[in-house]
Amino acid sequence: MSVVETGRPTTPQEDADWSTSQVVLTNLRAIGGRAYPRITGLMREKSWVFFEILLPLLATSAFVFVYRALQAPAQYIGFVVIGGAMVAFWLNVIWMMASQLWWEKSQGNLELYFAAPMSIMSVLFGMAVGGMVMSSSRAVVVLAVASVVYDVQFAVDQWALLLAVFFLTLAALYGLGMMLASLFVMWGREAFHLTQLLTEPIYFVSGLNFPVARLGILGSLALGTIPLAVGLDAMRQLAFATAAFPVGTPEPAVEALILVAMTIAFLGASRLMLATMERLARKEGRLSVRWQ
Amino acid sequence: MTLFHGVKNACYPAKLLNDRLPGISMPTTPVASAIEARGLRRIYKVKPAPVVALDGVDLDVASGEFFGLLGPNGAGKTTLIKILTTLLLPSEGTARIFGFDVAREEKRIRRIMNMVAGGEQSGYGILTVREQLWMFSQFYGLPRADGWRRVDELIDAVGMGDERLQRVSTLSTGQRQKMNFARGLLNDPWILFLDEPTLGLDVAAARQVRELVTAWKAAVPGRTVLLTTHYMAEADELCERIAIVDRGRILAIGTPAELKKRVQRESIFRLELDRLEGGPAALARVPGVVSAAPTAGDGGPVDRQTVAVNLVLVDDGALGGVVGALGDLGSHILALRKSEPSLEDVFVELVGRGFEAEVA
Repeated sequence: MSVVETGRPTTPQEDADWSTSQVVLTNLRAIGGRAYPRITGLMREKSWVFFEILLPLLATSAFVFVYRALQAPAQYIGFVVIGGAMVAFWLNVIWMMASQLWWEKSQGNLELYFAAPMSIMSVLFGMAVGGMVMSSSRAVVVLAVASVVYDVQFAVDQWALLLAVFFLTLAALYGLGMMLASLFVMWGREAFHLTQLLTEPIYFVSGLNFPVARLGILGSLALGTIPLAVGLDAMRQLAFATAAFPVGTPEPAVEALILVAMTIAFLGASRLMLATMERLARKEGRLSVRWQ
Repeated sequence: MTLFHGVKNACYPAKLLNDRLPGISMPTTPVASAIEARGLRRIYKVKPAPVVALDGVDLDVASGEFFGLLGPNGAGKTTLIKILTTLLLPSEGTARIFGFDVAREEKRIRRIMNMVAGGEQSGYGILTVREQLWMFSQFYGLPRADGWRRVDELIDAVGMGDERLQRVSTLSTGQRQKMNFARGLLNDPWILFLDEPTLGLDVAAARQVRELVTAWKAAVPGRTVLLTTHYMAEADELCERIAIVDRGRILAIGTPAELKKRVQRESIFRLELDRLEGGPAALARVPGVVSAAPTAGDGGPVDRQTVAVNLVLVDDGALGGVVGALGDLGSHILALRKSEPSLEDVFVELVGRGFEAEVA
């Protein structure tokens, strides 16, 4: 592609014929390009400190005080703090991944993404990478501040597995977000209602502020379907190795495998749904065209 | 605008190049048309009844051509552009861009084309102009550093040096459109689709955008532009050929002059002379002159010492005889103006109504 002029005469046919490495590089660059606004936004919009750190800390603090009043085991304070940190990722997945393509469509960006030579999957990956960086900074701040303020004592035996579970949780979560993004763009405005509908129930069944196994069958179901639930549970077990967990709680290694399976399933489904969405967009003209 | 210059010349049709550069022989390898559409139909399945947006469009645009689609709102221009830019599939028919099928080879087409629409609000307001353009450059696979360099060059080329670090959310409509135009050139496309690019711009901003397009197009042979507009003057000024579109059909295709010729089969001139011995009747006898009549009083101030004549000729070629006859009569030409029909006249002739009637 003679984007940067090299002095070599070319033809449209030559310029349209890309090698595999050109295709791969373009998609990698597209991921970086789409991640850029999210990472830049992190630096420019200081209001996130208030909305995404101080406000979540209030909710976390409320549970800390309840557990203290009930004289619950000390590890429960830690459970709440980890839940408070991980909620940043769920909010990011729901609000800035799942509903993002719909917003991109209304802005006119989706059309330009389709018209560019990269895969739309790269756009979603870019959004995910940017979202992870953005949310990680928030999660780290919440975790650090709450741990210091409430004197959380971690007991980690398997650092490598803890880190692996953390990254697998992010992969599965953002895989889910990518899948939902395609669905939401087809559902249009209804997606926003669904987003609101999903927020609190997911908090509940994920055991954001308590061990999910306490929910019995519902908890088991959540562990098999919701990345936040299984990731949180595994991280809690690994971060508080000495704590007692309810009978029936799967081993962290098993939960890591569940996360791997979820990641593969969600990414596969999102690819399939994106392809369907693009086909529908081109066939029916109602997805990439703003007025339809 | 040195940036606009390049070396893409291999696909320029040899015939056109030979016509423009006599004496220079170019290889005559057949080159695919920039656009080739056959029997294109597009039906939107909407309630209460399906809408036929395109109804059997045949179109050929040569490589290197500046082609215009002129028609009122709802004529099908944007639908046609969406099909050609691979965003929409035709319900029937085929379309090819530089030989690539829009239905099956969309990836190849996307590598060599770009598009800019009027009123486009794409991108992210939190980014600066420079960052926004760089982000889009990454979607076309430019290496990181090359992307920044290309962006800086384009910003300078479109005259946005002062707004380089300004946030996109603070740009005026005109500035935004110039930025959009720069975005459309990031991948140095072979074919640029412009959908109402000056929509909503003030006169000065619209003129700037038109100048930018013209300069970019002229800098490298082979660059092709498809412009849709409902501004007749814009189409007239920019396009080498124009298709007049209405209700999903192409009603006529030709150069602006050819289209105007459809509604005016004679040439009309307004002459101002220092004197005319024998009056306009003296000119009426010149071969090729259909009629010659005094026009004083109908077209602005005419000095008492001058004679104004409305001259109808069978064609422009007859003007030479008139000039010769005036010399014989001892008259001097003070002013000569050709009176031409507008593209709107052509549209009215073809459709039976004006653009405004359609909009209303």
